[in-house]
Amino acid sequence: MRRLHRFHGGLKLEDHKAISTARPIEPLPLPSELVVPLAQHIGAAAKPLVSPGERVLKGQLIGLPEGYVSCGVHAPTSGRVLAVEPRRVPHPSGLSDLCVVIEPDGQERWVEREPIDYLNADPSEVRNRIRQAGLAGLGGAVFPSFIKLNPGANTVRTLVVNGAECEPYITCDDMLMRARAPDIVAGIEIARHLLGAIEVLIGIEDNKPEAIAAMRTAVQAGGHAFEIVPVPSIYPAGGEKQLLYTLTGLEVPSGKRPHDIGLACFNVGSLYALARAVLHGEPLISRITTITGNVDEPRNVEALIGTPVANLVAAGRPRPDTDAYVMGGPMMGFVLPGPDVPVVKATNCVIARSPALFPPLPAPMPCIRCGRCAEVCPARLAPMDLYAFAKSQNFGKAQEYSLFDCIECGCCSAVCPSHIPLVDYYRYAKSEIWARERERKAADLARRRHEFRLARLAREQQERARRLAEKTGGTSQASPDREAILAAIEQAKSRKARPAAETVEQGEVR
Amino acid sequence: MMSAPFVSLAGSVQGVMLRVLVALVPAIAVHVWLYGPGVLIQLAVASAVALATEALMLKLRGSPVAPFLSDLSALVTAWLLALSLPSLAPWWLVAVGTAFAIAVAKHLYGGLGNNLFNPAMVGYCVLIISFPAHMTRWPAPVALPGPDLGWIEAAAFIFFGDLPAGAALDALTAATPLDVVKTQLAANRTLTEILGQPVGHAVPDGSVWLALAYAAGGLFLLQQRVITWHVPVAYLAALAVVAGLFHAADADRYAGPLFHLTYGASVIGAFFILTDPVSGPTTPIGKLLFAASAAALTYLIRVFGGYPDGVAFAVLIMNMAVPLIDAYTQLPVYGKKPPGSGGAP
Repeated sequence: MRRLHRFHGGLKLEDHKAISTARPIEPLPLPSELVVPLAQHIGAAAKPLVSPGERVLKGQLIGLPEGYVSCGVHAPTSGRVLAVEPRRVPHPSGLSDLCVVIEPDGQERWVEREPIDYLNADPSEVRNRIRQAGLAGLGGAVFPSFIKLNPGANTVRTLVVNGAECEPYITCDDMLMRARAPDIVAGIEIARHLLGAIEVLIGIEDNKPEAIAAMRTAVQAGGHAFEIVPVPSIYPAGGEKQLLYTLTGLEVPSGKRPHDIGLACFNVGSLYALARAVLHGEPLISRITTITGNVDEPRNVEALIGTPVANLVAAGRPRPDTDAYVMGGPMMGFVLPGPDVPVVKATNCVIARSPALFPPLPAPMPCIRCGRCAEVCPARLAPMDLYAFAKSQNFGKAQEYSLFDCIECGCCSAVCPSHIPLVDYYRYAKSEIWARERERKAADLARRRHEFRLARLAREQQERARRLAEKTGGTSQASPDREAILAAIEQAKSRKARPAAETVEQGEVR
Repeated sequence: MMSAPFVSLAGSVQGVMLRVLVALVPAIAVHVWLYGPGVLIQLAVASAVALATEALMLKLRGSPVAPFLSDLSALVTAWLLALSLPSLAPWWLVAVGTAFAIAVAKHLYGGLGNNLFNPAMVGYCVLIISFPAHMTRWPAPVALPGPDLGWIEAAAFIFFGDLPAGAALDALTAATPLDVVKTQLAANRTLTEILGQPVGHAVPDGSVWLALAYAAGGLFLLQQRVITWHVPVAYLAALAVVAGLFHAADADRYAGPLFHLTYGASVIGAFFILTDPVSGPTTPIGKLLFAASAAALTYLIRVFGGYPDGVAFAVLIMNMAVPLIDAYTQLPVYGKKPPGSGGAP
């Protein structure tokens, strides 16, 4: 038996998972319109490759990755491009983002699918194909997978597979493991090969016995030495840092990545997508999503990316008192701006919300420093202090108290007897700090531009004066302008020196 | 709720305060049994003054009155103060102490959650400094012969200073054990003499029962997760260790650990006063440090200071050190463990 490490804090939550695991995964019917956002991953949005009126095939690349942290976006089905325009996307802000709108033709005609011979191909070529295939972390963070498959100069010893799925209500990974374990195991082997990992640990929360059994069978059938480790169901056991600590006892140093300590962590859904992409040449155009909460038929469906949430939840038959939809789980999810937004790669779960399901909390009371938040914080932060600093706009102090190590798991807010929306304060403080950082950079840039301009003007004036001096000085010895020219040169020189002195002063004041 | 988390496992501030009040009930019962119903009158006066002061201050500060008044925090302060005062003290004493605690120690510092000092202990110290004589009117416990005051007699005495016919104040009240020991030691008697004779008045009295009742309430708070084990364990253990060291050095001058744990405000301090979250540290190590230091101060003030008990002063002195303690006892944040302590390199 592997010795497990108990991370600090965390919460025992009612999981509400059984309600959505009664039925097998089912595909959704084709909607009349698919809205595919071009920014579905962390990093730069993909560049649109199609224009309105164009016909596309299922799996066709419609968004080209741009920049390093980016990956491809594909047509989820065959049809016609109706528009490439900003549409509301699943984001708490409710803002719009560039989307490709596709009208399906119902024929489901695929592009030519080319499996990747990953055993014989150059690893960087394989990673490039994975990037093109649009693979991003399906646990919800949507970090481009090809980057995580590139250990660079580091040696990845242990590959950790995240099947913990610790948020209440969400069961997409659980159902995926139950139904498609062999594909996941194939994906694990591909990732293990690409990373050169020696050891594979598959962490699954112990409240998913069927998934554990299915994965165990698939690992044995595949003849692999992967170790399946049931982990205690303590939220957030499935947080990457928490799972890595639980299984290995190692902490990812603040500001570093698992690679830096010889680890890599992939969600089971991402590994399934990896197997489909590598072995079958299928880009990421659909995902398993849980529909649950205030619905009559909670279940998991395989939804095409771009399916409007309204179509998705219709399969679960929401009850009349549903007042909003939450994407993600009740601890870290957010309220969708409306049912028109599309399913994206990050959509692991949609919870129909009602006042009865998530009753509104009473108005916040003052913090009494009871310390419950610190007891449950998996990052071992001092949430009550961070709250005080954020509230008093003391952002420097908040950073000093490791604000950016907060994983926003929501444990502190959940246990606060004063019902203070603590996580909101941390998000606010983080965004303020980012905004100030951006402002500072912009001001720096503006100052450097200004200095450069002054220097250039002075140099030009000086050069003009010198040219003039050479011209006149060469022809007539006793030019009446000569003294004036020399004076101009002097003036230019002194002007050149002055701005520099001014900027130094500015720099000191700042 | 518009943002995550959408679930709450928390009770409420009111629930926390209510648990503290409930946890005090066994001690109040023992109090009544030992010293008569006077303590109930003190509790009633303190509660009324606390709520009135709280309401007035909230109004003056422009805060909503109803939600804050119903959070029960003012009552907790009132009860803790009332239980620390002699049960035959005049009514105005508890009223002044309570009003000062709520108005100055709590609201002038910014109200609930912002006070640097424990309000009940501020009230107590103001009284013992200003009215030391009135603070000694502890009724003789039932164990001793003497007239017992009923409801009416107690009320008459507390409100009007009227003694029942034929009774003398000296017969009604008795010095507390800590007081007796302190005075007698000053008169060059040895502890063996003081504790061995019934003339030691109140030694032994019913304090053991009171201490046990507070401990029972404290265990309830622990079980309810209102408090953690750190403060009570560190406080009682440190007090026992310090007392034990002195006792071992000179048993005739320094009472043993059991004496110091049983008498005075040691147990109520350990479970109810030092555990005040607002004015105490929040980190586990901080709590241990805070409580152990307070225990040492309690002992020093009791034995070498000018006052019979030292809990209140020890608490206030340590309250001042809380920001410093908190700052230096933060847990190592995930991924920022100091080198050499295991975990990631």
